[in-house]
Order: sequence, then C-alpha cells, then structure tokens
Amino acid sequence: MTKTFSRRNFLASSAGLVIGVTLPLKGRAQSGAEAAMGGNATPGETGSFAPNAFVRIAPDDTVTVLVKHIEFGQGPYTGLSTLVAEELDADWSQMRAESAPFDNELYKNLAFGLQGTGGSTAIANSYTQMRRAGAAARAMLVEAAAAEWGVPAGEINVEKGMMSHPSGKSSGFGAFAEKAAQMSPPEEPTLKDPSAFTLIGTDVPKLDSRAKSTGQAVFSMDVYREGMETVVLARPDKIGATVASYDDSAAKDVPGVTAIRQIPQGIAVYARSTAAAIKGREALEIEWDDSTAETRSSDEIYDAFSRAAEDGGLDAEVIGDGAGPIAGAAQVLEAEFRFPYLAHAAMEPLDGVIEVTEDGVEAWVGSQFPSLDVPTIAQTLGVDPATVKMNVMLAGGSFGRRAQDTAHFAAELAEIAKAAGGTGAWKLIYTREDDMTAGYYRPLTVHKLRAGLDESGGLVGWENVIVNQSIMAGGPMASMMQDGIDPTSLEGSTKMPYDFANARVGWVQAESPVSVLWWRSVGHTHTAYATEVFLDMVLEAAGKDPVAGRLELLKDDAGRDRAVLEKVAEMAGWDGEPVKGGKAYGVALHESFRSYVAQIAEVSDVDGMPKVHRVWCAIDCGVAVNPNVVRAQIEGGIGFGLGSVLFDEVTLGEGGTVQQKNFDTYRMLRINEMPEVLVEIIDSSADPTGVGEPGTPPIGPAVANAWRALTGQTVTQLPFTRATEA
Amino acid sequence: MISFDLNGKKVSVDVAEDTPLLWVLRDELKMTGTKFGCGIAQCGACTVMLNGMTRRSCVTPVSAVEGSSVETIEGLEGDEAKAVQDAWTGIDVPQCGWCQSGQVMSATALLREMPKPTDEDIDNAMAGNICRCATYVRIRKAIHDAADKLEG
Repeated sequence: MTKTFSRRNFLASSAGLVIGVTLPLKGRAQSGAEAAMGGNATPGETGSFAPNAFVRIAPDDTVTVLVKHIEFGQGPYTGLSTLVAEELDADWSQMRAESAPFDNELYKNLAFGLQGTGGSTAIANSYTQMRRAGAAARAMLVEAAAAEWGVPAGEINVEKGMMSHPSGKSSGFGAFAEKAAQMSPPEEPTLKDPSAFTLIGTDVPKLDSRAKSTGQAVFSMDVYREGMETVVLARPDKIGATVASYDDSAAKDVPGVTAIRQIPQGIAVYARSTAAAIKGREALEIEWDDSTAETRSSDEIYDAFSRAAEDGGLDAEVIGDGAGPIAGAAQVLEAEFRFPYLAHAAMEPLDGVIEVTEDGVEAWVGSQFPSLDVPTIAQTLGVDPATVKMNVMLAGGSFGRRAQDTAHFAAELAEIAKAAGGTGAWKLIYTREDDMTAGYYRPLTVHKLRAGLDESGGLVGWENVIVNQSIMAGGPMASMMQDGIDPTSLEGSTKMPYDFANARVGWVQAESPVSVLWWRSVGHTHTAYATEVFLDMVLEAAGKDPVAGRLELLKDDAGRDRAVLEKVAEMAGWDGEPVKGGKAYGVALHESFRSYVAQIAEVSDVDGMPKVHRVWCAIDCGVAVNPNVVRAQIEGGIGFGLGSVLFDEVTLGEGGTVQQKNFDTYRMLRINEMPEVLVEIIDSSADPTGVGEPGTPPIGPAVANAWRALTGQTVTQLPFTRATEA
Repeated sequence: MISFDLNGKKVSVDVAEDTPLLWVLRDELKMTGTKFGCGIAQCGACTVMLNGMTRRSCVTPVSAVEGSSVETIEGLEGDEAKAVQDAWTGIDVPQCGWCQSGQVMSATALLREMPKPTDEDIDNAMAGNICRCATYVRIRKAIHDAADKLEG
C-alpha cells in the first residue's frame, strides 16, 4: 500500500511511517563515509527517529545528518550538519555526518535540480533546507516531551541537546526518539532569527578531521569486495585516438593478469592485484588510430586561437558603443594572454568499484553527480536504474575533475563490468599517468584585450575577445548555453564591477578533440587573470594607483566589491608604494560564485621567479556558516591557484602527444612555496554564497601585478616558468 | 613468501618480489590508510616507516622489507604520533584527506628526530609531501602546536 504514495507526499504526511520505508538506507546502502564518521541511527531500528530525509536521531542521543553533497574537502559534512544542529539546538558533540544515498528527488541540489555538487553551491542551496530539517525535528521532539510530561510545548526549553521544563523535568533527544517518530512534522517549522544563532558563525570542529588524521577515512579506492579484480585501462597518448589493433599475448602471461578485454574507451587489463594490472598494461602492444585525435601541438593551437580572435566572435556583452571608441583614443593598449590546458591532479586519481550480483548493481564512487552517473551505469549495463545502488564515497579531492557532465568514469566502470559479463566485482583505477594524460582539462584559452585612454588617462573603451572550447557544448548541459554562448567559458569577463562607458566582450567557440572540464573556479581561472592584469596595465598608463584607481572605477552599486577592496588595502597597509625593500605588492579583485574577494600578494624575486611571502584576502560570502572552513577554503584556494600560475601546464607536443605524465613534470606547489595567508571575512547577514572556488581566481593576477611592479615584466602566458625560461 | 613485521605483528605474503610495498599493504593486507598518489615517489601519500625511517612504499619492492619492521598509519604509536594527530584534529588540518596519512607519518618522523623544528626545518622535512588542497599553512602550524604540546 505504501508504494502508491509519492515519496514527497508520504514524507510530509506520515513521519512515523517514514522510518524504514522511504529512506533507502538499510542493508546494502552503507556508505564508506558512514564507516568513517560513525552514524549510529539505523532507520527501522527500534527507538530511532527519522523525522525527514536528512536527520536521524538514535536512542544514544547521536544525531546523524545525511549529507546530500559529496565531501572532498570543501566541508559539507560539517557545514550541513551545523545548519541542522543550529535549529535542532543540538550539542555539537552529538553530531555525526554521513553520505546520503542516491535519490534524485530527496537529495537534489536545489540550485541544479539534480543530485550533485558543484559551482560552490553546497551551503548556499542547503542553507534554508537543512535549517528547516533541524527545526522540524526539534518541534517533533518537543511535542513528544510535552505529551509525556503533560506540559505545554511552549514551556520546554532546548539547549545543547537537552530539553528541559521549569518543573525540573529534563531529557536528551534519544529518550524521546521513538515517541517523536509518532508526531506530525510541522507544516512550517519556525526558524531562528540569525541573532539567536549559537553554532552558525562559529568554528565548530570539523566532523571528518579525526578519521582523516588517523587513516580511518574510507574512500572508494579503499573498498575491497570478495573476489574483486582490479582493472586498469590502456589509453592513447594522443587525446581522441582509438585502438587500431593490439597484441595482448605478453600481457596475458603476466602473473596475476586474468583477462584482457577491449572496451570502447581502450584496452582493459583485469588482474588479481593492482600491481599485476599495471604490469600487464605495460606488456600490451597497441597500435592507435590517430585520425580522430588532436594532432596539433599546444603552440599550434595557441596560434590558431589567436588568429580566430581576430574576427571578434559572438557578442557576449556590449556596453555603450562597445569597442568602437578605442580606435579614436589618444592611447591604445593591447595584450594577448595565453592560458594552458591544466590537469586537476586531485591526490586520489579517479577510481571506483562496481559489483554485479543476482540482485542488482552496486557502485562505490566519489560521485559528484550521482544523478548522471547512476543512469549511465544502468544504461550501459541494460538494467533498470532502480536496481543500481550508488554509494557516494569520500573523495580525495576533485577541483572539478569528478563533476563529469558526460559521466565518463561511470561509463568506463560499467563497460568493464559489461565486458567481463556475469556477476563479480571490479575496481577501476586510474594511475597518475592516466589522470594526467586522459584529457578533461581546464580549457586552453586566449584572451585578446584592447583598451583606449583619452588624453587625461580616462578609459574610453575596453574590449576582450576570448577563444576557447566550450565545456557545455555537446553535453547534457548544452541547454544552459545562452544565444550560442557558453557562460562558463567567459564568466568573470562580463558584468565586471567597473564602470566602463564603452566595452565589448566577444567569444569564439574553438573546437578540438581534447576533452575539457570545469577546473576550480572554471572560467574565472583565466578571466580574472586577464582582466585584472590588463586593468593594472591600464591604470599604470593612466598614472593611477592600483587600489585607488580600481576604487575610482567601481560602479556606484558595487558596494560589496568596494568593501573587500578597501578591507584588503587596510589589512596589507597599502600606501601607494608598490615596491618596498625588495618586495612588491600586487592587488586583484574578483567576484565569483556570488562571493566577493580581494587579495594583495607580497612578492620578491628569487632566481627569476616570484616568491610569494604573504597574501592578504578579504572575502564577502554572506553569512559564514563556519568561518574556520571559509578560511581553510581561502588558504587552499590560494595555494591551488598559485601553484598552477607559477608552474603548471599540460602541453601537447609535436603531433599532439601529451607531455606531462606525473608530478615530476606537472609540478605541485609544495609547503616551502606556500605563503602565509591572512583572511578577513566581511561581517554579513546576507544568505551564504560560495567559498570552495572564489579564493582561487584573484591570486594569479595579484602575484602577476606585484611581479609587474617589481620587475617591469608583464607575464601574459602562463605558467610563470614559461616566461622565466624563455 | 616474504615476511616482515607490520605494526608489531609478523606478516607473510606470497607475491612477486618486485611488487611495491604499497600494493602489498593495500591489496594483500587490506591496510588502506596508506594511499596511492603517484607511484614514482613524488607525492608522499604512500609514506610509511621502514625500520623507523620514512619510506615511499610505492617504489619500495616488497622483497626489500623482508625481515624488516614496517609501521603504517594504522599502527602509528607514541607521544609524537599522538601529539601530531591531536594537533591535526585540533586545527582541522585535513580537507580531502587523501594525503594526510603521509603528512602525519612525515610530521611524526620529524618530531621524533627534532623536537622543536623551525619553519625552515618543517619546510625541509615536509617538502616531499604534496597536498593538493594546499593545507600547508595548517600543517606548519599543527607541527609547531604538536612540538609545544610535547615540550609540555
């Protein structure tokens, strides 16, 4: 009978029966994250309370939050649990977090409409939803206690996980879990006024730090199933190439190798251990067909993109008379900026486990878009998606790499199971070389900028023409393109906070077999650099101070941009002297993911490369749910951006072969290169906005602007090592 | 059969001699706290202690540890290890967490050798451990915190 109810109506109408019926959490739906973080309430277990899809309260007083966003370091386990705990008036020590199972309706990202994580939306889209979940649970617990104690619910106080009444009665949540499960959830749970917050806005300790400091956290690569085989896939060294022929006779002889099978993505080597699989792959002989591959070198691609910029592209934004007034300006500045392909290089390369049994399919993946991965697995294997159970695992970083709109990893995983046939369990592992050479890069991008100044240094025109591949085009998100323009290709170059009387932004969609993907802050990775470095050149030509000049140019309604810029100038003691005692100071301002960030970098010249000593950062991200996590994301975002700006590029050599294969040639920022980071968060009561990505875009231009001041050299092709080696 | 001492217990494995210790720990012994990051001793995610010294298990053939003592994150013990792990938790060092077993191993080894390291000592000792989340600011601070705690 219960099956005739829609899940949503059922949840709203009958909380008591929700237990064990609408939450698909029993038995096989154990997530690795749960094992690591230790949730104690099992739905259906006598005495536990599951007031809604997000909260479970156990008789032992623990409160487990089912987190709908993947945890890969950006902090949703802690952040979403804080939102619940705040409205529940729980004590932080009783809070636990675990990964929500796949359920597109219950656990969708309200910003996307599907279950997935990205765009720095985890806190923003969950802010009200998770607070309501906590408030509803609190109301039901209070109602249960009121009934038991024979007192009005309004007289019960809840604080730090204890319910109490002036008569002297008091209790934790666990004792009322069973009774609360019989109460009706409130139609409109009452939310606190922000002035009453006791947890939101404080540095509650992260829930996953201990497990991750002791080796106990369980990731997908840590999953071992009975009889499981490990699989590695031989891939082409030119992106887009396909298998022409192969000889697996030597590979088959490698001890531990059990089978070699061709799948659409390459040649799969199955083995009893990872070491054997890797060795087997080395013994394969494969002829590749390059006819569908990218065979141009990076330099050839840059030149092609540069030429393509000449026709100006589609109008992404036109302000006033556009670029027209530049032609008649007293002074014209021009610069071309070149940005390389970048690998995400998350520390845990892509991997996952799939198991096929008589009962169905189960997968363990650091799945960032379960809503896309599950149907892909089902379709590949020809099974009903309802029989596919996805365990969203902790992931060792993503930075966009797991946000696969084409679900390509899930497809490979399913193809491996399909090719083997029958029942069994398989783990697909990317080695670091696979991770770095398989494509899905930050798009290689060219910006061509021009500006015109009048005789008094006033800006009369600004033009920016951007050439790169679209991430969205051809994929399931192509419908999000507007008038033929992929907004993620150029975000940050339009709607700038500066008051340009005349400006034009153009976009040329380039084509290549090289697959491209979102990379921490996406379009902002290059637009912030190109626009903020070029603006520094413009201000210099106009004889203006980098900070004062920007403040002067800001629009009247750019109050939040102005506030972070003024704050960071104050933090760094900006005094209009960009070079002092061998150190130079550069500034950059950039909004992304609705958060406003300004940074100042302190830089010296060590052997011809920038040494970054300190970075000051002011951010306005609305309400900072956990300021400590915000600071951590800014610190990390700065380190991530800095390493790429200084050292990193994936280059295609002569004929298109990827030249970087591991960390020896694709160099990561190391601890001795990490600057001190000083963060100030602007006090705000606005709804929270992103923090995972917005720290990354400004660091490149801040360092480049300091370097300009220090050496006179404007670095227009990244990474910096290109300029210093040239 | 290759035998060695793992976290105080004798273990024996029947694998090819050139199998990297990392994959023996993970695939054969299911000790998954030690992580794979690069396979060429560039990132430090696979750091273990071999006879008390840090070692990259991804490039250490298992035959090289015959009769030796191997300590992994699961068996890490002692005042320094506890101080490091408490400091790591105390200021929430980990983000994604993948590299942190290796970071904790290297930091523990540092404090066993050098109770009061400077920033420069820390940079020298920890530069072999990559953290892609760039938690370096906190790693540095947590090592100082642990050293202070040990000093009492």
